[in-house]
Amino acid sequence: MIGAALLALGSHWRRHPVQLVTLLLGVALATGLWSAVQAINGEARASYAQAANQIGAGGLDRLRRADGAAMGLEQYLALRRTGWQVAAVLEGEMRLGLRAVAVTGIDLLAYPDLPAIAESAAAAEIAPVEALTAPGRLFAAPALALTLQGEPGLPPVAATNALPPDTVLTDIGTAEALLNRPGQISHLLVLPKQPLVRTPLAEIAPDLIRQPASGAQDIARLTDSFHLNLTAFGLLSFVVGLFIVHGAVGLAFEQRRGLIRTLRALGLPLRLLTRLLLAELCLLALMGGAAGLVLGYLVAAALLPDVAATLRGLYGAPVSGALELRPVWLLSGLGMAVAGTLLASAQALWRLARMPILAAPGQRAWGSGRLRARSQLLLALVLLLGGLAGFALSGGLIGGFVLLGAVLMAAALALPPTLSVLLTIGAARARGPVAEWLWSDMRAQLPGLSLALMALLLALAANIGVGTMVASFRLTFDGWLDQRLTSTLYVTARDDAQGAALADWLEPRADAVLPIRSVEIDRAGTPLFVYGIVDHPSYRTHWPLIARSAQDWDRVMRGEAALINEQMARREGLWPGDNVELAPGWSLPVAAVYSDYGNPTGQAIVALERLLDRYPGTPNTRFGVHLAPERAEGLADEIDATFDLPVGAVIRQETLKARSRAIFEKTFLVTGALNILTLGVAGFAILTSLLTLWTQRLPQLAPVWALGLTRARLARLELARAVALAAMTAVLALPLGLVLAWLLLAVINVAAFGWRLPMYLFPLDWLRLIGLALATGALAAALPALRLYRLPPAHLLRVFANER
Amino acid sequence: MNVRLLVFLLLWPWAALAQGFAGLGTEADGFAVPERGHSPVFPADHGPHPDFRIEWWYLTATLTGADGREYGLQWTLFRSALKPGEAPGWHSPQLWMGHAAVTTPDSHLFAERLSRGGIGQAGAHATPFRAWIDEWEMAGDMGGDMVLSAGGRDFAYHLTMRAKGPLVLHGEGGYSVKSAAGQASYYYSQPFLEVSGSLTLPEGEMPVTGQAWIDREWSSQPLAEDQSGWDWFSLVLDDGSRVMAFRLRGSSDFTSGTWIGPDGHATALPDGSIRAEPLATAPSGTGPEVPVRWRLAIPARGLDVTVDALNPRAWMGTSFAYWEGPVRVSGSHGGRGYLEMTGYGDE
Repeated sequence: MIGAALLALGSHWRRHPVQLVTLLLGVALATGLWSAVQAINGEARASYAQAANQIGAGGLDRLRRADGAAMGLEQYLALRRTGWQVAAVLEGEMRLGLRAVAVTGIDLLAYPDLPAIAESAAAAEIAPVEALTAPGRLFAAPALALTLQGEPGLPPVAATNALPPDTVLTDIGTAEALLNRPGQISHLLVLPKQPLVRTPLAEIAPDLIRQPASGAQDIARLTDSFHLNLTAFGLLSFVVGLFIVHGAVGLAFEQRRGLIRTLRALGLPLRLLTRLLLAELCLLALMGGAAGLVLGYLVAAALLPDVAATLRGLYGAPVSGALELRPVWLLSGLGMAVAGTLLASAQALWRLARMPILAAPGQRAWGSGRLRARSQLLLALVLLLGGLAGFALSGGLIGGFVLLGAVLMAAALALPPTLSVLLTIGAARARGPVAEWLWSDMRAQLPGLSLALMALLLALAANIGVGTMVASFRLTFDGWLDQRLTSTLYVTARDDAQGAALADWLEPRADAVLPIRSVEIDRAGTPLFVYGIVDHPSYRTHWPLIARSAQDWDRVMRGEAALINEQMARREGLWPGDNVELAPGWSLPVAAVYSDYGNPTGQAIVALERLLDRYPGTPNTRFGVHLAPERAEGLADEIDATFDLPVGAVIRQETLKARSRAIFEKTFLVTGALNILTLGVAGFAILTSLLTLWTQRLPQLAPVWALGLTRARLARLELARAVALAAMTAVLALPLGLVLAWLLLAVINVAAFGWRLPMYLFPLDWLRLIGLALATGALAAALPALRLYRLPPAHLLRVFANER
Repeated sequence: MNVRLLVFLLLWPWAALAQGFAGLGTEADGFAVPERGHSPVFPADHGPHPDFRIEWWYLTATLTGADGREYGLQWTLFRSALKPGEAPGWHSPQLWMGHAAVTTPDSHLFAERLSRGGIGQAGAHATPFRAWIDEWEMAGDMGGDMVLSAGGRDFAYHLTMRAKGPLVLHGEGGYSVKSAAGQASYYYSQPFLEVSGSLTLPEGEMPVTGQAWIDREWSSQPLAEDQSGWDWFSLVLDDGSRVMAFRLRGSSDFTSGTWIGPDGHATALPDGSIRAEPLATAPSGTGPEVPVRWRLAIPARGLDVTVDALNPRAWMGTSFAYWEGPVRVSGSHGGRGYLEMTGYGDE
């Protein structure tokens, strides 16, 4: 019995391969986009965890100089000689062409438990003598190791998977030679086993501060928002993909009604039949899910390098550009596929389970609409209120997304009733029988198409919203870059001595040489970068201030006030007139707030003398050089020829701007790609819905045809109807998209990145999108219309002959 | 005691890298080797010998507390060269390792330190004599007054010491043979130290007095290939004599030692003149079962004693692990001393 039933049920797919493909494609698309996002997030998180492990810094306190300068060997020895068990670490940056590589030198002997070293040394069979004595060994992730091996003058490199990309780990002795910083120590790790008797830190090294273990969890925290954004996008794609599944399953069930009736009449129990269908769905979900995983992997692999570049650029977060296959990812992807498929098929299954054995074929059309519309509107309202309440209660990023989700869902739910109202109005104004029929037929079709139209609405709104955000950002960012980067050349010296020589040398050759000096202050676990600047007109005229006070620049330059960046202002609620505590015991009034895109951390600007009063050891290695742009190239060459600077130490303004823009373009590339994919999926959903409706359409069309409308005219009307519905949806999507854009710019962005962007409107983009929506509708309707056009009249006649 | 070096090198924290060192097991690889007929010269030889692969400053002490209890104490500084010679700063190939321990009848506390030479975190000077790693220090005059300090997470000690007798050269004027195949080291001792000071223990401060024994040894040749471990005794007998005796276990055992009279007169005890026989084993704490009761006999000197560990659980769970603890001597002679055992597994 089961075998025969299975054969019968399966025969449907053999006869309708396109439907099978559609269903599988729907599952695959839903799973694919979702799991692509998951794969990207998973890869990034794994990279962060690796970074945290690498120095084991997660669990260890650090000692560093309060003034931010490097410490000397004597200080390390003094601590050691009084019982402090500390490991010396020297950190720096090495330039390889245009690429910056972080170098971490650590006293391997003092900290032999370091996981990255223990693992990689074991894997590469490096003997202590090789790692500890000249020339030493470098440890790096395989890709970087390959690059390093090609560089002349470097110690031998050992590849290890235990390290994040873009980081070289080595013994401190090797690092000081590599970075040309002999005898210097960036910070000390306080090792877990400390002796019973130890001199207090304040007695032995009063200038050192102990920084509690914060770990690289910081990176995870910083990038959380980014990943949440991606996840939201993935979820949206998933939902839209499910619309396709819903359509395809609905169609298959609809077409198999006769078959099911026959099977039941032959004695197959309903319960068994339901189970068989459930099993069939699970199988299809697994097949589609598997295809989706392949798709997801490909999409993720294609997008990951850009995402990695973005994360590196935005947050300095090390993310490997290579994708790794994780079992958890595979399982969760398949799980989502099955769960999603069942969810999307629930309605069809439910109907089947409750179908009377001899039910007439569903000629469902008008009827029951009003009640349904009212409950949908009510639900939409509840959702909207719930979202607002959620946002009011939790606020922040999560609250923002809750609100966003609620608005989108509410809008989707409200779409069919709204369209229904529009169609009723249209019908009331219709003149002539054909027009009247057309309007009311559209209304009749609405329930079957509503899910697909919701998908279209969501996709269009997301497109408008994200597009507006991206375009607004681009416009703002470009202007901001012009304001912010005013120096023609940016030069970085190896050390303070070279910095001083460089400044002296540049002085007569440039219009102005502005030092760029900063310290990192640990402020209750979060870093704050304080910059010291000298007075120069370029700051006063160009610096992008978004909130000002009287004589702001004068007060800053006199050392009486500070500028802070927008992130810090918003996070801590500090605005001109408030006092900001930059470090314990160091407070200044806020003179103004400046926008600071692309920077995840707090930043403040004070007069250079004030900074040096407090932090005399502030490094003096970076300079902004003002001169006529046409002289930039020549001076850059001259600097290179005169000073022994690392590669990439002299950067021209345009290069810097291009690099900054590139980082954001990469971000937008990712969102853009997801955007287009979502829209494509929505179009596909409409197609499947129309195909589902197709079988129900004939009994409705046949009478009209019999009344004298030709098939060609009917086909044209069919097309027009789809386009009209798409157009109405698109018009409704526009305000929704703008609300979405506002939420993204004013709520999500502020919570995620700490900056708020002005919203610019781009009507031309909307027109393009509406056009795209119309094309989507037309394209989706083209196949059914063509079928109708080519339909043998006998089929239409048969409608009257046999009631199914 | 020579054998420690092998284990130090083999059981370096990066245990998986041991293969890299295995090749060094039997050859001197450019390091200087001890030469027969050469004797240590003082005070110069109190200092380090970077051209030899390994070296140590090894102190053990048997103490009695103000509470009447017996205590044992260890202070060791090992030097192990990755390559012969010295280099400045972090690039120094000279690695230093410190071990310190306090043993009571019911507890055994120990600590370990690692450093490299070149940066001054650890090292040794001949004049004035000083050997140190981090805050641990042994300094002063080997023939006069000295200070000693060390500590770990749960203990610390500070002692002053005074030499009551001369330095003692082992073997042939300080040239100590370690196997029938001729492996050897330079080896001398200061076994006549009277000490007093205090131990800081989890229970609190404890004033102590007692006897200490310093061993100095350096070499480049580890053991013969077939030697798996050793048992080493340093005993202070009630009549004022001192005995150093060791047994190297291999395909055939190799024994050697020195009988030191109360006046410091030393007589070498050649291979075969010492009988060491384990009588009972016991769990050593985190380590394997080890013999904690021995019969030690030197018939030529009329010595036939039972040696009992004060605390069988004196396992040194350090980077390379071994058993080291104070012992009591009874039988033909009474006394106290130290016992070291390696090669019983779990190292």
